[in-house]
Amino acid sequence: MSPSYQDLLAAAREVIPEVEPSDIAPRVEAGEGPLIIDVRETAEWDQGHLPGAVHIPRGFLESRVSGATSGTEQELLISCASGQRSLLAAKTLADMGYTNVTSLAGGFARWKQNNHPVEMPRILSAAQRSRYSRHVLIPEVGEEGQLTLLDSKALLIGAGGLGSPAAYYLAAAGVGTIGLVDDDVVDESNLQRQIIHTTDRVGVNKGESAKEAIRALNPEVQVNVHPFRVNRDNVLDLLGEYDVVVDGADNFPTRYLLADASLMTRTPLVHASILRFEGHASVFTPYDGPCYRCLFPEPPPPDLAPSCGEAGVLGVLCGVMGNVQATEAIKVLLGIGDTLAGRLLIYDALGMTFTELTVRRDPDCPSCGPNADLQLRDYEAWCAGVGRHDQVGATA
Amino acid sequence: MSTVKIPPVLRQSVGGEREVDVSGATVEEVLANLCDAHPAVGAQILTADGSLHAFVNVYVNGEDARLLQWTDTPVGETDTLVILPAMAGGAQ
Repeated sequence: MSPSYQDLLAAAREVIPEVEPSDIAPRVEAGEGPLIIDVRETAEWDQGHLPGAVHIPRGFLESRVSGATSGTEQELLISCASGQRSLLAAKTLADMGYTNVTSLAGGFARWKQNNHPVEMPRILSAAQRSRYSRHVLIPEVGEEGQLTLLDSKALLIGAGGLGSPAAYYLAAAGVGTIGLVDDDVVDESNLQRQIIHTTDRVGVNKGESAKEAIRALNPEVQVNVHPFRVNRDNVLDLLGEYDVVVDGADNFPTRYLLADASLMTRTPLVHASILRFEGHASVFTPYDGPCYRCLFPEPPPPDLAPSCGEAGVLGVLCGVMGNVQATEAIKVLLGIGDTLAGRLLIYDALGMTFTELTVRRDPDCPSCGPNADLQLRDYEAWCAGVGRHDQVGATA
Repeated sequence: MSTVKIPPVLRQSVGGEREVDVSGATVEEVLANLCDAHPAVGAQILTADGSLHAFVNVYVNGEDARLLQWTDTPVGETDTLVILPAMAGGAQ
């Protein structure tokens, strides 16, 4: 005869220890308890759960458990509403090879009756859950990660070639606040690559133009337009308001200014630069990895550093590199994966090759080295060569 | 011969090539031979006394030559050198 529900529960009880809320609560409250997996449905989870619990609805348990746990030996406590679904779920995990699994006796109901602490989940609204569903499905992002993105603030220097795709995708991804620093207006010659702008917005400030595009794409995103150039006087206040800065500047004084200022405010800096068919990208994590000046101690003279306005740039190259920046910014904000910190990615669109160079912290770095005298300077003059050569010797 | 990857700003100086094969057993020899064959490159990356400008990075097989033995870094037949000045472009 096929086993009944009661038979299945009885069989599970034979292999799964049941833990009383009062026995495990002290450990949970001290933050030293097992990993708690709550297998209830989303609507139940939204009403509250055990502190620190992770939510994997029963129907997704087998497919998602490995992403939530560190291995089959990790101590797990499975909880549900009354202790029955959790028992069956725990049995399934034991069948999958998990060796240290218990079930919460009486479930969340008994936990709550005994007045143990309850955590109310911060949750996405139904509309957000729908909009960001493809993110929520990714274990590395999930609802938690999406909430983190919604709380995050990204500052984009430049709403041009790199800033256009980066801002567009960061807004689509639900990065809650996006700052756009650009004092320039949209020009017809920008539209070959600066895809956040439109023909009918030629002459409009680029930040304002981008804000309009972002509002149409994702009205939930707060866009701060900063219609000026970043400089020594405003950079620290500006960076201080944001969690990550995306450098899409078009000149060396701004790039070196951002490099130094981001060290001072300890703001991660996502770098990219482009010319013709070639792009560079990296991530500079203040004092944890190399900084921009570890990589490029000095800017080249103007004739070796033409701008895209002088030397040209393949429009679509901006899309690739701006989206590398958006990707890295999201990873920095979520704390996931391996960023380009310590690596320079070089994209050659003509050869369609991606090459990586290793970037190490320079122990003598004049910006982030132990003996650095870091202060904001006159970067315009410095990049023009004034007072530069006494700072960094040509060590050849 | 080692392969030297030429950055966009120097390509005109080597006849438009993205990479050129150059002989030499050290970074210094490779760069000297490159600049002999393409004097316009030398005019841009070398100082008046023949040393490398500080804004020029050289990578040997993906590693910063400054952190190896700089211009004395040995270069093998199948090695790849990258000459890398910073690029500024982004917005305009």
